[in-house]
Amino acid sequence: MTRKVYSRPQSVVDMPFHYCPGCHHGLIHGLMGEALDELDLTEKTIGVGPVGCGVFVYDYLDTDMIQASHGRAPAVATGVKRALPDRFVFTYQGDGDLAAIGTSEIIHAAARGENITVIFVNNAIFGMTGGQTAPTTLVGQTTTTAPIGRLEEVEGAPIQVCEMLNTLQKPALISRVSVHNPANIMRAKKMIKKAFQCQLEGRGFSFVEVLSSCPTNWRMNPLQALQWIEETMSAYYPIKDFRMPEGGQ
Amino acid sequence: MAFVTFREERCKGCALCTTYCPVNIVTLDKSRFNNKGFHPAVVTDMEKCKGCAFCARMCPDLVIEVEK
Amino acid sequence: MSEKVLMKGNEAIAEAAILAGCRCFFGYPITPQNELIEYMARHLPEAGGTFLQCESEIGAINMVFGASSAGVRAMTSSSSPGISLKQEGISYIAGAELPAVIVNIVRCGPGLGGILPSQSDYFQSTRGGGHGDYRMFVLAPNSVQELADLTLLAFEKADEYRTPVMILGDGILGQMMEPVVLPEKATITVDKPWATTGRGKRGKNNLVSSLFLNPEELEQHNFKLQRKYDLMKEKETRWESYLTEDAEVIVVAYGSAARLSMAAVNMAREQGIKAGLIRPITLFPFPDQPIRAQAEKGTAFLAVELSTGQMVEDVRLAVEGRSPVHFYGRCGGVVPDPKEILEKIVAIRALQEARSESTEGGAA
Repeated sequence: MTRKVYSRPQSVVDMPFHYCPGCHHGLIHGLMGEALDELDLTEKTIGVGPVGCGVFVYDYLDTDMIQASHGRAPAVATGVKRALPDRFVFTYQGDGDLAAIGTSEIIHAAARGENITVIFVNNAIFGMTGGQTAPTTLVGQTTTTAPIGRLEEVEGAPIQVCEMLNTLQKPALISRVSVHNPANIMRAKKMIKKAFQCQLEGRGFSFVEVLSSCPTNWRMNPLQALQWIEETMSAYYPIKDFRMPEGGQ
Repeated sequence: MAFVTFREERCKGCALCTTYCPVNIVTLDKSRFNNKGFHPAVVTDMEKCKGCAFCARMCPDLVIEVEK
Repeated sequence: MSEKVLMKGNEAIAEAAILAGCRCFFGYPITPQNELIEYMARHLPEAGGTFLQCESEIGAINMVFGASSAGVRAMTSSSSPGISLKQEGISYIAGAELPAVIVNIVRCGPGLGGILPSQSDYFQSTRGGGHGDYRMFVLAPNSVQELADLTLLAFEKADEYRTPVMILGDGILGQMMEPVVLPEKATITVDKPWATTGRGKRGKNNLVSSLFLNPEELEQHNFKLQRKYDLMKEKETRWESYLTEDAEVIVVAYGSAARLSMAAVNMAREQGIKAGLIRPITLFPFPDQPIRAQAEKGTAFLAVELSTGQMVEDVRLAVEGRSPVHFYGRCGGVVPDPKEILEKIVAIRALQEARSESTEGGAA
């Protein structure tokens, strides 16, 4: 008798992803899909998507979905959750969407302790528009708008979103995970599920930042990109739990 | 024995699945292209597979299924 | 029937919204509409709804977007600079075909301008305001009673047409106190099978989106929106005609400018000038038809606005050169005395008489 060790989650629609080879968006959809399956959430979920490469998350996850304007997903999700408090509401946002144009919305949703879950995909660049500098772009990292690399004296230092949100009183769960190797992927899977549970238990705002790669715009092959997350990105964005429900780490 | 299946037509040849296989049996088949124009990932020696599913976990396109 | 109560305009809107079944209100303080959000803060929770003061106007309109997607009646209010900030969200609401009610208690601009009453957001309200090829249903009340009545209508039409509806007032209307008979509590009958409420046993997922990357699809979507606007033009155009039957000069004015203009029309009548008033109640759709019908008779028009002249363009479009269109406006928060409007009516009448005499002379 064989059993499935891994198969595509039920709540990830059976269609090809439009993402580039080696891009982690699809993998993260998979982790969210597993959590939706395991918690039996698809019938009570409303997801809110970003503007950016993740915009088509509405095609990929088998739930009701809303396509928000750039950066405003936490406000849209707030509106949904306030209207329907017994539903499960998440946002899925990239670093251009959340950490640039959407800073106001994310900070205030977190400050209110809004009972929603935010999955924040940080790949340190604007992907959809072709690889421009994001607020999360590392100092020295080259982009199409920082051709000689990001200069700290000109463009400042990258925003560490988990650290910033961790200064607020109300968030219930803040964690940074990565998906560059199996051990981190398993941790990411657990954390996404935990964040979902956090909302289901009514504990308030849960936030999971996922370090992920953008080989195309990083001008790397997918394997080099994994290494860059491991060696460079995670040095500036430490992979750790910042806050867990019940006050534990 | 474990068994790995690839939905080959969806493979983008990114090779992430090949990186963490503990028995080094996942590789890109450089001898051919799939219908997307990529060298598809394949398992060279299924007998050796332990069914850890690291390859499937690493796949960003969710094209790998592992049974044990 | 409810009894008459004395209410401030801003509060009448808020109370009427609650009676209309508004269950989510998202606001941000800005003068001169603060009484509206304060009233909502006190009374919406009592009615089982949610009031939230937001981080910004942008946050507020996007929360309306979310709540409306979830199928509940939702509203936000602001004043001109805040409405500018909401334009992105309003465009998305129009694109995603969501019902929403947006109140604009207009103040003077441009920029920070001033807090005094104005009608300088006419273009912004009737021309779409945000990006893309869309229109808003725009209601222009001129009394506290109408603020209440049209708020109820705004929610109904927003649901019926799945479109953003704007209630366009100004500081005079928002701040004035008048007796009002509040409307009966609305029974909401509209079904929203498109709402993202969680799939449940629906069998298929719902998607609220304004993204159409396929040009043919987006063209069809735009045509669909236009058909909706055409239907509004056909069925929803509202106006009030006052003493227009025999009028030789017709003032066109909406909102508080119409109140001033009505006084001027009465004064003109006392002097024996056959003046009348057409008061657009919907600014989009604009009441072309009654204006055009009068223009056919050669009646002269005077558009009166608390601006440098915005609605007058729609009057000219309705008239299409059939008869003369004049304009009188004050702005920056300066409100004209009805006597100023009267002077203008008298001058137009004199011009008409001079013209008809010279025509007669020429013919002789």
